Amino acid sequence: MNAAEPIPEQPSSWTVRTRRAIDRHLPMDHLLPVRQPYFVGSWVYVFGVITIAALVWVVASGVVLAFMGPQWWHDSSVGRFFNSLHFWSVQLFFIFMVLHLWGQYFMAGWRHGRAATWAIGVVIFGISILTAFTGYLSQQNFDSQFIAVNAKDAMNGAGVGAFFNVLNFGQMYGLHIMLLPIGVTFLVVVHIVMVRARGVVKPIDLEGGTRS
Amino acid sequence: MDSPTTYFHWGFILISVPNLLVIAGMIVLFAIALVVPFPHGGEGKNERR
Repeated sequence: MNAAEPIPEQPSSWTVRTRRAIDRHLPMDHLLPVRQPYFVGSWVYVFGVITIAALVWVVASGVVLAFMGPQWWHDSSVGRFFNSLHFWSVQLFFIFMVLHLWGQYFMAGWRHGRAATWAIGVVIFGISILTAFTGYLSQQNFDSQFIAVNAKDAMNGAGVGAFFNVLNFGQMYGLHIMLLPIGVTFLVVVHIVMVRARGVVKPIDLEGGTRS
Repeated sequence: MDSPTTYFHWGFILISVPNLLVIAGMIVLFAIALVVPFPHGGEGKNERR
């Protein structure tokens, strides 16, 4: 066979089927569009992007903190700066995530097959709260000890204390810097890909006032 | 900085003033986002920018 000739594709191959499914559901002009519908020209649509930007800062500052350790983030001026950077980017992340939630709620962003996108957003919100909570428990100061000692009774009352021990720093720190951020980041990527696949939901006015 | 903050107490609602200010700021920001025109937005009804 001539080396320049393409090898015929086997339709039964899972790689071929996967590639064709991606081409069908998520063509590149949907994934990285140049233009958006005119109704996207509103500041309300910027909240989601700012949330992602804040998440980038959260992860970047968190990587530095994880590498350098608690002694550094408490005792050195640069460490305290990164500690603050991490804290305040989380504040912005939550503020703009809630503003994005309000925007999507009032425009009923779950319409026309976007229910899963909405539901994944709800799950991201929940995991983010858990991530922030374990973050407060990972500070390695009296504040984190105070929160842990007070939270333990609520956790035991909820019946999760046996496997989610807020007094166990190693467990809380591991969850905070490893499993939960991976969960949030992965679901944010899925959330964005789903938004790109279906496009931004049309305003309710364009449908003649229906909410179907 | 270590002193306890003041709380807003109205009926069954009890919230710290800093938290109340953050929520009020978010509502103001949301309202601004609705009314302030977006740059280059709204040209032509069915145009894609």
